[in-house]
Amino acid sequence: MDSVLAQAPAFFSAGNIAFVLAALWRTIAMTAIGCSLGFVFGLGIAILRRSTIGWLAPARWLAALYVETFRRVPFLVILIMALFALQPVAPQLSLLAIATIAVTLVATAFLSETIRGGLDSVPRQQWEGAAALNFGAWHTLVRVMLPQAMRVILPPASAFVVMFVKDTSLASHLGVVELTFSGKILVNRGFSPVLGFGVILVLYFALSWPLSIAAARLEKRLAAPRHR
Amino acid sequence: MRHLDIADLHAGYGSQQILHGVSLSVDRGEVLSLIGPSGSGKSTLLRTLIGLTQPSAGTVSVGGEAVDYARKADLARLRDRMTIVFQQYNLFQNMTVLGNVTVTPVKIRKRPAAEVEARARALLDRVGMGDKCDAYPENLSGGQQQRVAIARALALDPEILLLDEVTSALDPERVGEVLAVIRELAGEGITMLIVSHEMAFVREVSTRVAMMDAGRVVEVGTPAQIFENPTEARTRDFTARIFRH
Repeated sequence: MDSVLAQAPAFFSAGNIAFVLAALWRTIAMTAIGCSLGFVFGLGIAILRRSTIGWLAPARWLAALYVETFRRVPFLVILIMALFALQPVAPQLSLLAIATIAVTLVATAFLSETIRGGLDSVPRQQWEGAAALNFGAWHTLVRVMLPQAMRVILPPASAFVVMFVKDTSLASHLGVVELTFSGKILVNRGFSPVLGFGVILVLYFALSWPLSIAAARLEKRLAAPRHR
Repeated sequence: MRHLDIADLHAGYGSQQILHGVSLSVDRGEVLSLIGPSGSGKSTLLRTLIGLTQPSAGTVSVGGEAVDYARKADLARLRDRMTIVFQQYNLFQNMTVLGNVTVTPVKIRKRPAAEVEARARALLDRVGMGDKCDAYPENLSGGQQQRVAIARALALDPEILLLDEVTSALDPERVGEVLAVIRELAGEGITMLIVSHEMAFVREVSTRVAMMDAGRVVEVGTPAQIFENPTEARTRDFTARIFRH
């Protein structure tokens, strides 16, 4: 304990703080960009898989294959696959960009299933009513389906994002200096693991806790519009 | 010229055909009720008319214009002139009562919001729901939801209004309040097609009644003809059974 205290001033140097914050930023960027894009693409896949247009059948089949594959492969394997697949074709991509693409690939697969479940939960009467009132596909989706589906989509989707904040630590295997990797580097420089990883622990918590609270707030707002 | 002309209409779900050649003509301002046993195709006929079920054969014309249900433009034009009130109300659960009534005129038909809202409030007043503008559908009784659904349909100024068993999902005590609203509408110039099991109501409100059985119209006549002096054995059977209760 004494050694930890003795190290503290050197540990919390401006340089180290900047180094850890930069790593924290990379963790946030991978999660936020990857999961946001994953939600958008996942929505696209969910809509595609629910469509009944005949000539889209091959696309539906491919989407199903994609979702079932990427939900079953460990994230680390997808990271490594993304690295080896992307580096030859796009050598200018940074490791952070490649890791973010890998997050997007996985988030798309998982969130598409969550969104599909949400859309399926909206009763048939809702979109038949919209159709009879001359709503087009876009208005039906945005004004009727999504607002009602979000109540079902949000809890598992936010749980997925909170979980994925932690899983982005696997990007350290590609050499992305994200939060976990930054702790490791500091410990390797001779700082106490209690100090190095203790700070990392606090930062992960500080990241996911407000996320959970924000999600819970949003859920409450969506789940009970009738009580407002 | 007839307002609505249906000729030899066939329709169904997948391989299961429900309508086996329905022919029916309705004049402007007429209130025509469809009666008949469950499964005879009454609701399917209304769903086909509004384009929720694809016809497999036959023709539908509104005001002399043939409707091609496979064409989006035709379908949109049809739904500008004709609308439906469903058995399950189908109010949008994520919108208030006022939102349900105003969303289509404002967002789909792009009419001025203030004007639409004033009209919507007047219509909601008319169906006795003026004090529930900010309520959400799930906090309303079935009868209240159905009256909102009727106001929503009227806000579209339909030429033709389809009413699909609008009281079947309601508590017996709530049936009267909805029928009272429809009774008021009859004779205001809106052409109405009503599917109902409320025979006393059908008899009172209809200008003509069509008896359906097994996907066809077997007999059409005035309420007096159909209920007192039907020519078809099938109609006699049906009305006799209904009025024995």
